[in-house]
Amino acid sequence: MSTASTNSSLYTLDARTKRRNAAEKRFRLYGMAAVAFGVLALVVLLSSVLGTGLSAFRQTFLTTEITLDEKALDKSGTRDPEVMAKVTTIGYAKVLQNALVDELTAKGLLPEGMKAKDVGGMISKEAPAQLRDRVLANPDLIGQTITMNVLANGRIDGYFKGRVTMESAALDSNVSPEQLQLAEAMRDAGMLDLKFNWGFIFGPDASELRPEAAGLGVAIIGSAYMMLIVLALALPIGVAASIYLEEFAPQNRLTDLIEVNISNLAAVPSIVFGILGLAVFINFAGLPQSSPLVGGLVLSLMTLPTIIIATRAALKAVPPSIKDAALGIGASKMQTVFHHILPLAMPGILTGTIIGLAQALGETAPLLLIGMVAFVRDYPGAPPEGFTDPAAALPVQVYNFTQRADPAFIERASGAIIVLMVFLLAMNILAIILRRRFERRW
Amino acid sequence: MNDMTLTERAVSAQDIKIAAKDVQVFYGDTHAIKDVSVDILDKTVTAFIGPSGCGKSTFLRTLNRMNDTIDICRVEGDILLDGEDIYDKKVDPVQLRAKVGMVFQKPNPFPKSIYDNVAYGPKIHGLTRSKAELDEVVESSLKKAALWNEVKDRLHAPGTGLSGGQQQRLCIARAVATSPEVLLMDEPCSALDPIATAQVEELIDELRENFSVVIVTHSMQQAARVSQRTAFFHLGNLVEFGETGQIFTNPQDPRTESYITGRIG
Amino acid sequence: MSLGLLILVVIALAGAGFVIGRQRALAQAGGDPRILHSLPGYYGQSVFLFAAVPALLLLLGWLLIQPLAIESRVSAMLTPADIPEGSSSALVMSDVRRIADGFDAMIAQGRMTEDALRAMDANTVDVRAQLAEAGIALGSDVAPNVFETAKSYRNLAHTGRLALTVAVIVTALAGFAFALSRIQPDYRARNVSERFVRTLLIGASMVAILTTVGIILSLVFETVHFFRLYPAKEFFLSLTWNPQFRGGSDLGIWPLLWGTLYVSFIALLVSVPVGIFAAIYLAEYASKKTRAVAKPLLEILAGIPTIVYGLFALITVGPMLRDYFAQPLGLGASSSSVMTAGLVMGIMLIPFVSSLSDDIINAVPQAMRDGSFGLGATHSETVKQVILPAALPGIVGAILLAASRAIGETMIVVLGAGAAAKMSLNPFEAMTTVTVKIVSQLTGDTEFASPETLVAFALGLTLFVFTLGLNVLALYIVRKYREQYE
Repeated sequence: MSTASTNSSLYTLDARTKRRNAAEKRFRLYGMAAVAFGVLALVVLLSSVLGTGLSAFRQTFLTTEITLDEKALDKSGTRDPEVMAKVTTIGYAKVLQNALVDELTAKGLLPEGMKAKDVGGMISKEAPAQLRDRVLANPDLIGQTITMNVLANGRIDGYFKGRVTMESAALDSNVSPEQLQLAEAMRDAGMLDLKFNWGFIFGPDASELRPEAAGLGVAIIGSAYMMLIVLALALPIGVAASIYLEEFAPQNRLTDLIEVNISNLAAVPSIVFGILGLAVFINFAGLPQSSPLVGGLVLSLMTLPTIIIATRAALKAVPPSIKDAALGIGASKMQTVFHHILPLAMPGILTGTIIGLAQALGETAPLLLIGMVAFVRDYPGAPPEGFTDPAAALPVQVYNFTQRADPAFIERASGAIIVLMVFLLAMNILAIILRRRFERRW
Repeated sequence: MNDMTLTERAVSAQDIKIAAKDVQVFYGDTHAIKDVSVDILDKTVTAFIGPSGCGKSTFLRTLNRMNDTIDICRVEGDILLDGEDIYDKKVDPVQLRAKVGMVFQKPNPFPKSIYDNVAYGPKIHGLTRSKAELDEVVESSLKKAALWNEVKDRLHAPGTGLSGGQQQRLCIARAVATSPEVLLMDEPCSALDPIATAQVEELIDELRENFSVVIVTHSMQQAARVSQRTAFFHLGNLVEFGETGQIFTNPQDPRTESYITGRIG
Repeated sequence: MSLGLLILVVIALAGAGFVIGRQRALAQAGGDPRILHSLPGYYGQSVFLFAAVPALLLLLGWLLIQPLAIESRVSAMLTPADIPEGSSSALVMSDVRRIADGFDAMIAQGRMTEDALRAMDANTVDVRAQLAEAGIALGSDVAPNVFETAKSYRNLAHTGRLALTVAVIVTALAGFAFALSRIQPDYRARNVSERFVRTLLIGASMVAILTTVGIILSLVFETVHFFRLYPAKEFFLSLTWNPQFRGGSDLGIWPLLWGTLYVSFIALLVSVPVGIFAAIYLAEYASKKTRAVAKPLLEILAGIPTIVYGLFALITVGPMLRDYFAQPLGLGASSSSVMTAGLVMGIMLIPFVSSLSDDIINAVPQAMRDGSFGLGATHSETVKQVILPAALPGIVGAILLAASRAIGETMIVVLGAGAAAKMSLNPFEAMTTVTVKIVSQLTGDTEFASPETLVAFALGLTLFVFTLGLNVLALYIVRKYREQYE
């Protein structure tokens, strides 16, 4: 036997050991690099979303004084909203446009040769509808001069957020460099301002042409409805199934079949659940498309395995001594489970449920298939009837925004993701708190 | 301490392989080994005995720096292998462990073939230059571990498929294959049945011809059967150290006597 | 009666049953609960369960069956003459439903009374205009027979709803009375209600089987339907994917499979080495502190919804790859590409590979490490030659699970991979996947009964079979591995 290391001093590293130590160092470095890559990816991902999305919460508003002319808005003079409703938004748009032109002229900001139409183009197409709603709700405003805070056009907003530049505006048919220059002058005069945009969180979606007005209200309600349905269905069914499998099920083929089914369902692609929803709930059972009810049912089926797996782990963690103690004083098996095991397992079950809900909240693909991509502007009604009204969902709303041409919607999509992530973060923190507070180590 | 005289008397007899002086071991705040000084002689079986938790295994693990794998463990004092401090900054534990091999309490063959288990050490240390040479090392190691005849027809069967006693002998063969100078054995028979134990004990006696062997054991009978020298540990202290026969027939310390007669432990 | 109200009524009835049952048991025992076989609450519980559960089950079953029954009766009223050129009976039926819903809406809005509707004649009145006023838009004018069909559809639906209400309440009352009549002091109420609860528990665990059956049935049923309209041979063997609005489409699955596998391959190329090395580092090298920070950070990656990754691919990774790699190298000018989707999906899969591998590496007994260290192996030698081989089956299982995720992933490829069905080797070219086409075929404007839409079900079945195979294999391997060390 030739041995390199015998007979040599421990104090001198032989060449082989040096090589091996170098390999060791390299290996360790690979590991560190892998972890660093993962963490870096997370940081880049989050900062990219935050970077593009945060600006969605601030929006350019235009403040102007509007004289509500009776001749234009209520020819009959009756102040009857039914009659006044005959004046469409086009009429209100003219009023707005004139008011703005007047004010700019008065302040001497109006550039030479700029058309009134171009001035009006700086106002969001959503603004006339807002003004109309305000007037119809309160007809007495007619004849008065009111101060309105209206949304500026998306391109003007984009200019202040750096999305639109003078160069890009020169190539854009929707906005001109002159309008941008005017916008800057107006900002200096205090007529244009970036403000926090509650409309983005609570308002309904808006059409392709008015990204500045698009909001998440309907989607948030839709998602909330679906979460309620998931909670009401998946939690009891999941807990019941886990109790059966963990405490009562005999060792037989059927039990095995159920177990295999659950672990497989946990790994079935989500889109397949969408196909199931489309085929069974919509085509077969005739439930309404785009409704939170169908979405909630599909998500419940998807969340079920997660909840069952978490619940079973929680039930398993309760020591058998407790079960023995209860059975020993003559409690029935059912009483033992419901009086002793289930309460002790509750924190674990709730944690699992919240994590399942968080997964369901972020799920997109199956909802696309059951029609939740549809453009919905009306808020769904109150539950339970509202569950069958068409609605959107937060992640699907993100997808919808990305499918629209105007680049302003990219900002909206990222903003919607921030809202989604805030909800997810809150749910996960809740789960962590629950676990920290109530988890027992046996 | 009164055992110092014993140690000094023994030193003159043969070459000292490992000399441990005033070794302290701490686990976090726990002082696990207190002031232990032991000289391990070459080509001798030294047994560490004592009640469980007395620190004998911990001390054994300091001899080839296996304690390095535990973050909170700290070793003070000197442990010299052939006069070189094994805790010196320049020493690479990898090189050290090639010289000081170890066999564990529970047989722990790798999930590989019998051949690969034995060849593992020579391969990582680069001890052989050709396949033929490696085959030779494997064969001689298995022979030294008295396992060759049982496994020579199935060298490529998994090592985990052997019986407990065979697995432990495989682990010994694995340790022997790197041709270490010292072989540390941490209760090598505690997981084995009496027949397997007898085989391993016989093997230990044979190994003495080539190596210095240190064995930690729970069983006084085993210490008496296999060792020439015995150290008795109690609560982290080395109580008594000397010729095995003398420790068992004429212990100097009352604690040793109590242990041997079965009053503590 | 609205459904919500009906459910409330049943539950209220059952609640009353609980109180009455309890009192009745106590009364029969002369106020002394010790005479009763079970605690008084169990008598109440048995009444509650008998009143609520059968009635609610009936309600559920009825809601599933009623639309089918009505549909089949009503569609028999339509004559072939009612079905315009280029349309189908399914389309006319959906018109019928819309008209019926429209009348409901009009009556609810007070634009019309029931009597007026009964007297209405489609030959004289412009039904389409009236409905349009109520906000219901129809594609074409309403033929008299269709109008009559809609009326009878509406009548049947109303009758059905009324019958449902009556049947449910009668069932609830019957269950109520039955359970109440059985109450006697020696009635084994606890055993009865526990058996009932146990049945409910079994029922709940059957949901998993039902879901699987539902998935398989819906996929197989529509796939068979698809293969009747489009030859299976073409689907499985054709190398072109080119759906047309007006028939004559090429619907070969190969370009989609190619895209799916290519994207998944790149995703695994990223996630497997990174995930495994990260797992090794965290399990073997990292200090407790590093592990406590890095592990949850990596797991956040698994908690981020896929739509977020999709957007990341769309707005950040895609343009970056195009500007810095594809265009300078002359490999393409598209920001959505196999590379974009694969890279982002790879990032998403890192935690799948790493946490499972981490668990598996930790499950390798410490004795293995000691044995290797004791022989003088370095840490990396121990990992490479002892731990990884020991953990290999588990890690293979983890990789298979990740592969199954990658194949079934939808949003990242929808937003990152593109929509062009191509079979190319260039990873910077836009390609498409099975899941992308399922989404686009099912959300598109084509008619449901056309092969262009139904192909989505065949694609779904293919996807399901693929992922099911991978999952079963992975779960089997992981389970075997766990047994080895338990």
